[in-house]
Amino acid sequence: MSHLLDRLNFLAQKNVGSFAEGHGTTTNEDRRWEDGYRKRWQHDKIVRSTHGANCTGSCSWKIYVKGGIVTWETQQTDYPRTRPDLPNHEPRGCSRGASYSWYMYSGNRVKYPLVRSALMKLWRIARAHQSPVAAWASIVEDKSKRDSYTTRRGLGGFVRAGWDEVNDIIAAANAYTAKTYGPDRVIGFSPIPAMSMVSYAAGSRYLSLLGGVCMSFYDWYCDLPPASPQTWGEQTDVPESADWFNSGFLILWGSNVPQTRTPDAHFYTEVRYRGAKSVVVSPDYSEAAKFSDLWLNPKQGTDSALAMAMGHVILREFHLDRQVEYFEDYCRRYTDMPMLVRLVQKDGHFVPDRLIRASDFEGNLGQQNNPEWKTVALDRTTGKVVVPVGSVGFRWGDAGKWNLEAKDGDGNDVALDLSLVEDDKHDHAVEVAFPYFGSRKHEHFASTEHPEVLHRRVPAKAVQLADGEAMVATVFDLFIANYGLDRGLGGDNVAKSFDDNVPYTPAWAERITGVPADRIVTVAREFALNAEKTRGKSMVILGAGLNHWYHMDMNYRGIINLLVMCGCVGQSGGGWSHYVGQEKLRPQTGWLPLAFALDWNRPPRHMNSTSFWYAHTDQWRYETLNVKDILSPTAPEGPWDGTLIDYNIRAERMGWLPSAPQLETNPLEVAKAAEAAGKDVKDYVIDGLQDGSLRMSCEDPDGEKNWPRNLFVWRSNLLGSSGKGHEYFLKHLLGTSHGVLGKDLGQDGAQASREVAWHEEAPEGKLDLLVTLDFRMSTTCVYSDIVLPTATWYEKNDLNTSDMHPFIHPLTAAVDPVWESKSDWDIYKGIAKRFSEVAPEVLGVEKDVVLTPILHDTPAEMAQAMGVKDWKKGEIEAIPGKTMPQITVVERDYPNLYKRFTALGPLMTSIGNGGKGITWNTEHEVDLLGRLNGTVEEDGPTKGMPRIESDIDATEVILSLAPETNGEVAVKAWEALGKLTGRDHTHLATPKQDEKIRFRDVVAQPRKIISSPIWSGLESEKVCYNAGYTNVHELIPWRTLSGRQQLYQDHLWMRAFGEALCVYRPPIDTKTITPALKGNGEQPHVVLNFITPHQKWGIHSTYTDNLLMLTLNRGGPVAWLSEIDAAKAGIEDNDWVEAYNANGALVARAVVSQRIKEGMLFMYHAQEKIVNVPGSQMTGQRGGIHNSVTRAVLKPTHMVGGYAQQSYGFNYYGTVGSNRDEFVIVRKMEKVDWLDGPATSTKEAAE
Amino acid sequence: MESYLNTALFGIYPYIALSVLATGSIVRYDREPFTWRSGSSQLLRRRQLMWGSVLFHIGVLIVFFGHLVGLLTPIWVFDAVGITHGFKQVMAIVVGGVSGVLALVGATLLMHRRLFDRRIRATSTFADNAVIMLLWVQLVLGLATIPISLQHLDGGEMVLFMSWAQGIFTFDLAASTFVLGAHWIFKLHLFLGLTILLLFPFTRLVHMLSVPLRYLWRPGYQVVRIRQNGRASRPSSAAPAE
Repeated sequence: MSHLLDRLNFLAQKNVGSFAEGHGTTTNEDRRWEDGYRKRWQHDKIVRSTHGANCTGSCSWKIYVKGGIVTWETQQTDYPRTRPDLPNHEPRGCSRGASYSWYMYSGNRVKYPLVRSALMKLWRIARAHQSPVAAWASIVEDKSKRDSYTTRRGLGGFVRAGWDEVNDIIAAANAYTAKTYGPDRVIGFSPIPAMSMVSYAAGSRYLSLLGGVCMSFYDWYCDLPPASPQTWGEQTDVPESADWFNSGFLILWGSNVPQTRTPDAHFYTEVRYRGAKSVVVSPDYSEAAKFSDLWLNPKQGTDSALAMAMGHVILREFHLDRQVEYFEDYCRRYTDMPMLVRLVQKDGHFVPDRLIRASDFEGNLGQQNNPEWKTVALDRTTGKVVVPVGSVGFRWGDAGKWNLEAKDGDGNDVALDLSLVEDDKHDHAVEVAFPYFGSRKHEHFASTEHPEVLHRRVPAKAVQLADGEAMVATVFDLFIANYGLDRGLGGDNVAKSFDDNVPYTPAWAERITGVPADRIVTVAREFALNAEKTRGKSMVILGAGLNHWYHMDMNYRGIINLLVMCGCVGQSGGGWSHYVGQEKLRPQTGWLPLAFALDWNRPPRHMNSTSFWYAHTDQWRYETLNVKDILSPTAPEGPWDGTLIDYNIRAERMGWLPSAPQLETNPLEVAKAAEAAGKDVKDYVIDGLQDGSLRMSCEDPDGEKNWPRNLFVWRSNLLGSSGKGHEYFLKHLLGTSHGVLGKDLGQDGAQASREVAWHEEAPEGKLDLLVTLDFRMSTTCVYSDIVLPTATWYEKNDLNTSDMHPFIHPLTAAVDPVWESKSDWDIYKGIAKRFSEVAPEVLGVEKDVVLTPILHDTPAEMAQAMGVKDWKKGEIEAIPGKTMPQITVVERDYPNLYKRFTALGPLMTSIGNGGKGITWNTEHEVDLLGRLNGTVEEDGPTKGMPRIESDIDATEVILSLAPETNGEVAVKAWEALGKLTGRDHTHLATPKQDEKIRFRDVVAQPRKIISSPIWSGLESEKVCYNAGYTNVHELIPWRTLSGRQQLYQDHLWMRAFGEALCVYRPPIDTKTITPALKGNGEQPHVVLNFITPHQKWGIHSTYTDNLLMLTLNRGGPVAWLSEIDAAKAGIEDNDWVEAYNANGALVARAVVSQRIKEGMLFMYHAQEKIVNVPGSQMTGQRGGIHNSVTRAVLKPTHMVGGYAQQSYGFNYYGTVGSNRDEFVIVRKMEKVDWLDGPATSTKEAAE
Repeated sequence: MESYLNTALFGIYPYIALSVLATGSIVRYDREPFTWRSGSSQLLRRRQLMWGSVLFHIGVLIVFFGHLVGLLTPIWVFDAVGITHGFKQVMAIVVGGVSGVLALVGATLLMHRRLFDRRIRATSTFADNAVIMLLWVQLVLGLATIPISLQHLDGGEMVLFMSWAQGIFTFDLAASTFVLGAHWIFKLHLFLGLTILLLFPFTRLVHMLSVPLRYLWRPGYQVVRIRQNGRASRPSSAAPAE
């Protein structure tokens, strides 16, 4: 009752016994004080949720709630068990996840809607007498008013607002923008739907109904490996982490599993106990390195040289000197190696041209359907040219023949010939030219003295084509020659021994990478030997360390080649495990209709972010990489002129890449104008573009009409994390204080673009309104005009999946959103509602003209088979969906946008659903949803349709429509695929036909998904999920030109830029260490390669403001460098250092460590500008973040489109935002200025 | 007026101060047991703490017990033992003076640390700052009484203070009259001392009541607290779910 009274027990006998000869005493004193500690861990309930972090670790957590407050979290341990002999998935969850609940009640929590005060004042004054849209117009059309808040971005000054008011501003801004410039000027950026699919869908559904643009992320983050779509026609598909346990030989290459894939790392440990061997390739001594049997530390950025040398060894020992039957058979059946390539003469030697097609022959070799898209090979028994089934030409229009059976198009059995090297098979051994880039000089990377063009002998055969006799060779023979292997055909540039200094021997690679040749030989040999003995159970886990380089394709294709030549892809325990920004939106096809409002109108507007930001943050105006720097010496004749943005404009114009905004003219006006002119919209647009009355926005990204006007950012920290070229964002997109140190090309007199309109004065401040939804005050929030408080991961209902394991998880509201926060679903619903009320002021039911690129997995992916022709130059007719973007008219019902938002629309019944080129009927599921969620009862356009009111309703839409979570749909989907392949696949799903996973089911326990044809792996009781498994075991073709793993990339641009076959390409020179900046270095300094890996002390690559995590490190930004480099620049551990180049500057504390290789500066991703960051001496601005010194550089090969696997898909193909080729000057800071006095910028003084 | 003030400050105020001290401490101990602590800042910074704290505590403990024994022991006890007032007065001046200086040096170090060490300053509450400053002032006042006491080496003045203190505890309504004629420094010292007693339950001073003295004579090296019958030390409803 009373602590005091209870303590007044001096007379009571407390000691009731003794032990240990009196050294121990037993007492009966009161122990209730212990309850205090026990109560700390008491709770009222436990709720299952997870973290919607972009690690997509997707770990199940117990969230403890006490008195309405989340007190802490621990790992859940109730995953469904695995089969015998496979370790369970638990424990899942890491220290970063365990620290998450800190955010909910931290000072950094966004608690109320916030508006920039200057904007708020203007709005209230304008709104007092004006309607919403008119009020907004009065602000943004007045330059001084607009500047008064746009120039203050990032400088504080937020005030609290109510939800009604912020919704009013946002709705008015969106309506004004749609009416004035077009709905495609309303942009939304949110990444990785798999981390919280409903939250993503909330914003994207709103934007898609509006006609706004959803931006890609995977490519922008540079996590998309373009080598994957190039090789497999697949965005990324990888084994689940449990499959590591089935491996016999694991190479971790540029991936730091224990640090960045912590919940999965136990499988890596466990498989080593099972006897697997492991090699870790990493320039620094990473956490993973200590797991390895052998650690290789190549010079950073030279991984493709290492991979090529390993390939050289494997080809020599397992394909040439000794032919492993399994490898040979695999290559014959599952790769394009037997396909024939035309060799054309150029400058007295042969250059490999495109793959031969059936259409090249007289009579198309009997093929009527798409002969231009059917690759050919030689039959081993008859020696005749055959058209094997499975190529993309069979995919569309040849139902039942798109499979990998060993048959030709007429149904005859064939056995394809890999090589013509035997004397009786080839006519000549011709000299073929291969480009060599390793001799190009780079200040910081080793080069060799070999010629730029390497001539090597290749066995070739003369074949009679329709246009005459041509020399042809197999991909395999070109492939072998490319690796520099001597095959007894004589000639130069080939190696007999591994010690020869010829590209790509181990001895050669030692010069480039610094890895001793004998180790390269050992690793390659053991890797292949294991694959031979286990039939492909050799695996490479690779990561950002490789993929963030400009020439990431080469790093990746070098490794993919190793896996393919050893028959590892598609085999359990083997294959390509790319885990970078990995996500697997497992119920993807159920989610797409919800997310992009495909139930109401198709197509949605999608944009590839890299090209978008490159253009609209004006990074292109500072481009220093010339096309000739990357062009191949063997490039076919062509106008390889202009600058990188010119290539992007050509790609947009030819329908290869998407555009946003699309047309300079408001697309809502285009349909009206077409009607007025009495023309079909398509014809009107084609004519307009050709006669110049219409213009694509991409041709003038700086023109006011083409600016993006409204930007939504949610579930993302665009400006604090992924925004490569951070300072350019600040300068040109936001128009606020920035730290750009270099000059643009106009100022340097180096402007050489041909397609793009050049404005002498670059625009600053393109955005009218930046709205960010977040639960914490991130760097992006700090720069926003409106910040909306969103629910945390413990305050909303949502779904979450990963590619690291096969389970589907819920996020569940353990408590209601605190303060005034709301879930993303409710926020966008609120905006949609207000928009529908505001819109009639200027908008009604409108016709919107939407341009879409030529999409992968549609028949349109067969666009230009033989070459590249540009309609604008009059080389070819402008045909929408073939030589230019597809043109569609979409009806937007703006006053009913909210009603459409909250109901499942009619197209699901009338068109159905599907994905990856197959479609199925969904009437049954729509009916189910109507009964599950209830139907809309109010009168109006949505009456009788299934409701999507709450976030749980939304999850049910996803789960019911997706084959992965609805067995009935899975069977339908496999049936649909079976029609294309002519094979029965339904056995993969029929055992689960009656299984329907619902939201409450996953709340009870994470559920394993059902196998579906949307993915290339199986989820069954027999195998772990492994990418390419169904291609190999069900004979489903890869979605490429040849239908096989495409190792030879024959598109004109691929050949022009020297990447038809994998080669070593040194990092590019970004020329950002300008002499002017260097001259600044009176002080000791050192020039280092700037590397930004994933960290240990933040939540993946976005959250580095968590107090608990910061406490474990140094509590603010740090950058790592080697002892040697530190000594050169007089830097000691924990000194404040500054790193800068033409792009900008950043500050951090130095961590001087032996584990870092000389020549690198490591700065872990996304260390926020908001925690413990002083000002930079160079820029006078606060800090800078890791992206302050980077700038995105585009690569033309990533723009290729309309060409089977190289066709655009959202987050699937397109330009990627690489950043690792950058160098910085690093020096100790003389003065650490915390900028904590009152702001005294000139802008403010002027106010 | 002066006599009224004297009665209020030294006749009534002591009871207020002692009442607050007693009830405040009991209430705090019962209601806010987790706030009952010394609030050590040793984890934040050791510098100055060792010298400051040890000097202060040695000095202040001697001073404290000196006051306690000196003021509250009935006068007849001294007479019976044969300690003359003059001797006691000199003892008080010498022992109190030496330990007072020790405590003052310690308190100065502690106060400097508390106010000028950024970490300590940042984590200090108002009460933390106030209490060290009050103690410092009180020590200065205490030491300032020495020159005055040197003029009364017969101990007469001291006996008045003893009578006052004992009068308070024996509910002598006229106790305040004993100090009516005392020097103002003494009065200030008394007033501040009472104020410190008044503030005691609201500050870290409460740790004085919880000095773990029993450790000094506790038997055994390992203590096992047994579970008690009918009162499981593990509250049934409080158990975590697993």
